[in-house]
Amino acid sequence: MNAHDTISPTATRRPFLKLFTAPAVITAAIFAISMLAILQFSIRKHIPGSLDVGGFTLANFAGMLHPLYAKVFFQTVWLCLLTAVISLVLGYPLAYALVRSTNLFVKSFILITTVTPLFLGEVVRTYSWIVVLGNNGFVNSVLMQTGIIATPLQLLFTVTGVTIALVHVTLPVVVIMLAAAIAHIDPDYEKAAESLGAGPVRVFLTVTLPLSGPGIVAGLTTAFAWTFSAFATPQLVGGGKVNMVSNLVYQLGFANFNFPFAAALCVAGLALTYVSIFVMRTSLRPLEKVGLH
Amino acid sequence: MARPLSHRVMSFAGRALVVAILGFIILPAFVVAVASFNEKALLSFPPQQLSLRWFYNAINYKDFQSGFYNGLIVMLASSFLALFVGAAFAYVIDRYEFRGKNVIEGLLLAPLVVPHFTVGLGMLILAAQIGAARTFSLVIVCHVVLVLPFVLRSVYISLRNLDQRLELAAASLGAKPGRVLATVTLPLLMPGLVSGWLFAAILSFNEFTASLFVTVQRTQTLPVAMYNYVREYADPTMAAISVIFIVVTATLLALANSFLGLGKVLNVEQAR
Repeated sequence: MNAHDTISPTATRRPFLKLFTAPAVITAAIFAISMLAILQFSIRKHIPGSLDVGGFTLANFAGMLHPLYAKVFFQTVWLCLLTAVISLVLGYPLAYALVRSTNLFVKSFILITTVTPLFLGEVVRTYSWIVVLGNNGFVNSVLMQTGIIATPLQLLFTVTGVTIALVHVTLPVVVIMLAAAIAHIDPDYEKAAESLGAGPVRVFLTVTLPLSGPGIVAGLTTAFAWTFSAFATPQLVGGGKVNMVSNLVYQLGFANFNFPFAAALCVAGLALTYVSIFVMRTSLRPLEKVGLH
Repeated sequence: MARPLSHRVMSFAGRALVVAILGFIILPAFVVAVASFNEKALLSFPPQQLSLRWFYNAINYKDFQSGFYNGLIVMLASSFLALFVGAAFAYVIDRYEFRGKNVIEGLLLAPLVVPHFTVGLGMLILAAQIGAARTFSLVIVCHVVLVLPFVLRSVYISLRNLDQRLELAAASLGAKPGRVLATVTLPLLMPGLVSGWLFAAILSFNEFTASLFVTVQRTQTLPVAMYNYVREYADPTMAAISVIFIVVTATLLALANSFLGLGKVLNVEQAR
């Protein structure tokens, strides 16, 4: 079947192809060039006190092996993994309820509640968590007024605090990816298992969960990448005590004006993101395959 | 048929779990709302006296005002540009196979994985390399790149759900491709186009990390102004403006949901 056989011979057989592709090509090219600019800067010498760069060098990458920087890279990956896994665990029930709820109001409520934080931006959400987690904040006020604790818990500037805020940032996108996967599972499979005598737990564990495998993999990898991108959250909730690669990049660029080193950190960070996603994908391949049936 | 007790207990536990998770998502918004109406500058719960002074402060703060207008300029320009670029390319992806298609698509979707600070730094270095000043154009280009994946996705999903026989019918009745596009395809795509534009607009207005890298005082957008405020002051002015942000964003999304059906656009609707 060819959709355009019926069109008069003078008309192009693939209308709008060039016209519609050109703007995308320009945008893609600008993005690609900006990434090449980073790559190029990452192998240049930093001239202290100047924004110009010197000749080619690998010193920026060698400098990253310093324990101070290595530690930040490890901490970043650890925070990303932790956030991705917690988001998955919290996101699954929500995604399931979103797709399977038969009550339209409940469905809309879950959808809006979940999606709103996604669009709120990092600053508003991070600030909110400072108010919740601070020493005079909500959690401590409630716990102290009810007499559960005598001195405030230190939540800000800790890995726990940063992780809580990061999960809040990534949860919406994980829920959407899981919901998309769950929505595409044919409910007949579950009914079949049920009619053969499987209880709800068994149906969930042996049918629903494996079939949502692709959503789980997509959710985990996206959560990982998004957490890697977080800046305001570790900067404000971490307060210099919990640092991620993003904070280093900003500090080196805008406090030290060492843009070549900042660029090298970006390159290393990007490589690390892609390697981590590749490792996650590879190790979770059985999960992804099951879902394809 | 009555379900066994164990099933009912489990279904109750499941519901409680979902409510608890929703509570976790809503908690910060709730706490910020309480803090914003508190008369005292020091955060304390529950508030002793209510007041609107922080809202008054937020609305009259110079940097927030200019940030709002700057953000509006950037948002309008980048969301419409992204809509134009994204919708056109989504059409091409859906309809045609050609060389380089996957490369372009991969590059345009990459900002979903590439950290915002990397995109921001890349744009900053690129501008410096070609000797361009840090103007609105730089911020707009940066935002177009960042929000484009969302436009692409929502328009693409709409195109997939579009019944191509309607276009065939119009074409077989003699309509030229341009006419088919304008009178059949575009009207049918409206929900995807509007929600794609809305996603782009909201994301651009709220974008922070990359904006921090590419803006200067004169082009500073609202989230950047808010970030600078949090670093300098600790009073609830920030809570007040956060509440405005949350209410406006949630309202826009709720409206979009009732008019366009967000579930369909986000592809989370059960296929039956």
